[in-house]
Amino acid sequence: MGADLVVRFAGEGGQGQVTAAEGLAQAATRVGYHVQTFATYPSQIEGGPVWAQTRVSTKEILTQGDQLDVLVALNRQAYETHIGDLRDGGILIYNSRDFDTAPLGKVIGLDAEALARETGNPRAANVIMIGAVAQLALMPQQYFVDWIKERFTRGRPSDQEIIDGNVKALQVGIDAATASGYSVDPLDTPPTPEGKRILVQGNAFLSMGAIHAGLDVFYGYPISPATTILVFMEGNLNGPGKFVGQASSEIEAIAAIVGGGYSGRKSMTSTAGPGLSLMGEGIGLAWMAEIPCVIVDVQRGGPATGLPTKTEQSDLLMALNPGHGDMRIPVIAPGSVAECFPAAIHAMNWAERYQGPVILLTEMSIAERNEDVPRPDLDMPIEARVVSDGSMGNRRYAGAGITPFPVPGNPGAYVANGSEHDEQGDTTHQPLVHVEQTERRFSKLKLLEDGAYESDNSAASVVMMPWGGSKGPGRAAYNRLRADGIDIGWNYTMFISPLPAALLEELRTKDLVIVPELNYLGQFSSVLRSLGVKAQSITQYTGLPFKEGYLVEQVLEAIKARSGKLVGA
Amino acid sequence: MSKRNPEYDFKWCPGCGDFGVVRSIELALADRVMRLKEPIEKTAIIAGIGCSGNLVHLQEGPQPYGFHGIHGRALAIAWGTKAARPDLNVLIVCGDGDFLSIGAEHIGPQAKRNVNITAVVMDNGIYGLTKGQASPTTNLGVVTATTPYGKLEDALRPLDLYMALGVSFVASGLSTRPRDLATLITQAMEHPGFSIVHVQSPCTTYNDTYEALKGNPEKGIEALAHPVPDDHNPADAEAARQLIAMPGMPVGLIYKKADSIAMNERLEEARERIKVRTRSVDDMLTALEV
Repeated sequence: MGADLVVRFAGEGGQGQVTAAEGLAQAATRVGYHVQTFATYPSQIEGGPVWAQTRVSTKEILTQGDQLDVLVALNRQAYETHIGDLRDGGILIYNSRDFDTAPLGKVIGLDAEALARETGNPRAANVIMIGAVAQLALMPQQYFVDWIKERFTRGRPSDQEIIDGNVKALQVGIDAATASGYSVDPLDTPPTPEGKRILVQGNAFLSMGAIHAGLDVFYGYPISPATTILVFMEGNLNGPGKFVGQASSEIEAIAAIVGGGYSGRKSMTSTAGPGLSLMGEGIGLAWMAEIPCVIVDVQRGGPATGLPTKTEQSDLLMALNPGHGDMRIPVIAPGSVAECFPAAIHAMNWAERYQGPVILLTEMSIAERNEDVPRPDLDMPIEARVVSDGSMGNRRYAGAGITPFPVPGNPGAYVANGSEHDEQGDTTHQPLVHVEQTERRFSKLKLLEDGAYESDNSAASVVMMPWGGSKGPGRAAYNRLRADGIDIGWNYTMFISPLPAALLEELRTKDLVIVPELNYLGQFSSVLRSLGVKAQSITQYTGLPFKEGYLVEQVLEAIKARSGKLVGA
Repeated sequence: MSKRNPEYDFKWCPGCGDFGVVRSIELALADRVMRLKEPIEKTAIIAGIGCSGNLVHLQEGPQPYGFHGIHGRALAIAWGTKAARPDLNVLIVCGDGDFLSIGAEHIGPQAKRNVNITAVVMDNGIYGLTKGQASPTTNLGVVTATTPYGKLEDALRPLDLYMALGVSFVASGLSTRPRDLATLITQAMEHPGFSIVHVQSPCTTYNDTYEALKGNPEKGIEALAHPVPDDHNPADAEAARQLIAMPGMPVGLIYKKADSIAMNERLEEARERIKVRTRSVDDMLTALEV
């Protein structure tokens, strides 16, 4: 009996790999298992190499899985690319119409297209593959039938025909797997779930968090992999006083959310790397004029157009300083799908609390994957802006720290100003005023240093501290190292800047802080070093997430290399 | 703010057209407050960067809300404000460089959305604050700091551009006629949709066009500016296009789309028609339960 099943569907765009991985995930959650999906594809609609993976487990899932139990290869290129990831004793299902392979190990050849045509639905080849996988893992057929019914019920006359064809296809796959006589280790009985769980995609969960936090207006421009947030908002942020607009560019989107925040409303935009570059000046305006707003950056590979549909953590330095001049933009980075919901609420709260822009820094691997997570607690505190009752007159920018925010329409008219300004918002270049106002803006960050963080085995002098989406693989590696008797500690927070004050203090006492992160520069460790922490990165820049095994090796090497060496990039 | 800040020390040059423009905005807003019994704080004026942008600091008398933003983006900021708060009266003030060069990309989308915003564009045909570089409306052949051989680019024709982009209200005014200009601004603010009042607001330091606009019979200079003829029908888009194609600079109401519907009204209508159901986050989560 096993705890874990990792299945990869690989082929070219348009063959239904992502649907297959999601179908397997949905059926498995119904059985009661934990699931996590991962998909990677080129920036095109049809064709090009696409693979999608589902991990099913009786335990909480931290990574997509290093090795495959089942590989479904829909063409030769997929077979050649991925066969190396199949574990010893794993099962290969391949498309025998496209190519043939030497029958080494457990191999099932299926002419899925021909079989699909026989069911009356030539597009159901991927469902045949799901049927085979379901049978190999001995998962009950009924859950897959339910998934087919839900997925293909679209209110059209042809629905029933399509459903029947797909159910037949599922059976074809089941029969083929049965005939092969192979099976993977059957999964253990899933644990009885504690509380309700949902299956959700990162970007959708993030959007729900923002709506729950009281988001009023959203303006965005389509860009992978952030578009699903704009689309979600267009469909779900409605009702009196709510507005969603598709902007003509990221420049227009950032200006519009600054205008929305200025009007007194909670506002947000979402973008990815290139869009964040374009938003730099507008984010600086929000910092300078002290306008609450949230910018979601779903990181992809960069620079320039880079890798639009791959994952990377290389926007951190830009998120902290997205534009010219003295500023330090607050950054919150969720580390999993589960954290997307609370992270969005925290980001909205921070923006209102310190009256300025906040960047919610997520990444492609989290944004697009589906994961089962506990149904979130809706009682998290939602913060409202401190607003002016007019008694301050026009002294919007008076003194240090925040001042009550004057909302247009009410007494307290002032000039919100992106030029350096005096206390009523009128432009001035006087040295002393620039000093005062610069210090005022930075002083407000103090309000954000109370974030929560994780700390484990805190007596250790060497700790691992991944950030964002590297949390899961980092934690998996940490658990293995601890199980192997390595004395290493663990720290993690989604509050990247400002860091929780108590965490920073703790990190400064460490001999070495190892930061796994997906970029070339070692961006977060360079930030930590600037804060007086002896930090060093483990980097990777393949466009893919870390594997647990690689991190275990790298951490051990870092520990070994530490003695007698300077710490630094 | 009941009065402008006495410590604010930015000054326009003597004779600057922008003095006339700020005066007409003050007049139009005072009239609006009186007629509609609407507090002045219901108005927000969003400015770009340039000599024009300082207008929000230089208004006399009761003060509306202001926003002195970044170069070229006043219209985009204003969209955000107006869409979030349809109850506010939102104006933008821009120069020709601000609105027609760096900010030009925002005019088309706003025209198509027909957002209920009024843009007052102060056209002096030059970049004044940066000391005299050519702008999109600087005439062909004019020598400026950046056109030592005379400007090699044709001048942009803003009124043609606005008509082509489908702006639903287009007016042309003169800073030297603040009362007439105030009337145009009032009409623009009351138009349900995107309105542009394009104002000739000369720069006495770098591009003095007063004489060209008014004419000088002694020197045989014919006036560029001429009033829109009484028989012009501003609801007729074709007539508007013909009017602005004629030589000179028509002054008055050029075009006002008769059945203009602002975007926020379209949104309300669509929500009503489609009977959009608002799902709570609780409902969204329930739908995802496994």
